[in-house]
Amino acid sequence: MIGLEHYLTVAAALFVIGIFGLFLNRKNVIIILMSIELILLAVNINLVAFSTHMGDLVGQVFTLFVLTVAAAEAAIGLAILVCFFRNRGTIAVEDVNMMKG
Amino acid sequence: MTPADFAFYVFAILVVAAGLFTVVARHPVHSVLWLILAFLSSAGLFVLMGAEFVAMLLVIVYVGAVAVLFLFVVMMLDVDFASLKAEMAKFVPIALLIGVVILMQLGIVFGVWEASDLAAVNVAASREAFGGASNTQAIGQLVYDEYLLLFQLSGLILLVAMIGAIVLTLRHRTDVKRQDVVQQIMRDPKKTMEMRDVKSGQGLG
Repeated sequence: MIGLEHYLTVAAALFVIGIFGLFLNRKNVIIILMSIELILLAVNINLVAFSTHMGDLVGQVFTLFVLTVAAAEAAIGLAILVCFFRNRGTIAVEDVNMMKG
Repeated sequence: MTPADFAFYVFAILVVAAGLFTVVARHPVHSVLWLILAFLSSAGLFVLMGAEFVAMLLVIVYVGAVAVLFLFVVMMLDVDFASLKAEMAKFVPIALLIGVVILMQLGIVFGVWEASDLAAVNVAASREAFGGASNTQAIGQLVYDEYLLLFQLSGLILLVAMIGAIVLTLRHRTDVKRQDVVQQIMRDPKKTMEMRDVKSGQGLG
């Protein structure tokens, strides 16, 4: 029988893969954005698993909002990426130093 | 092993494998395709859990919008991805180290994890409260009733994101000629054309 722990294990594995991807592709902003999407997906799996396990629908409503914010973040991130690529002709992370911060 | 268990293992393995290939794929287009597979199989997991609405939302929003957006950007940017990938091997040890550390921390959490007795009492919106309503109906009632403000605010977030993305990527190119319709219509013939009576053999001197 598949219980809550099985889903939590999948979510944990996906979360760790997302963080692994963040560190593995330190130069490529596109893959970093995709890794962030994977992390958010793992969080969503956790939320839905707890929601269905406890019989509490609020978790799924919250998943809805996480999904919204993730979509907005991806759109803005990719827009910034396109804008940056037009100005500098590269997307390598170490070149992102125009603001001298 | 029931068919549901079998489906769970298939989807779980697909999610994890697709996630792994997303981060190690040679070309970003392949990464996006693996990402789409990860989203689709996690939608399958959601269906198995009984959250059909969120599953369909994941397919529509992530596969239909976000992944296609990634695909467009990857194909639009003319980047030498091979050079970005070349130094990937340098980061493998640190990435593996951090991955294993976090995995072990999560494993420790799993070892001592147990649900509180209060958890069953503190349920805010139990499925029984909606009677025989389906998952989608129940979520609709919750979102449009108790969480209306949050729902409207998330719409506002999407509006701001849309405007922000348009403002960031819009540019007025100065090196191309454009047609100005208003200027064309408002042109006065008297100012642009002059009638001359040219005498034969003399021309306009």
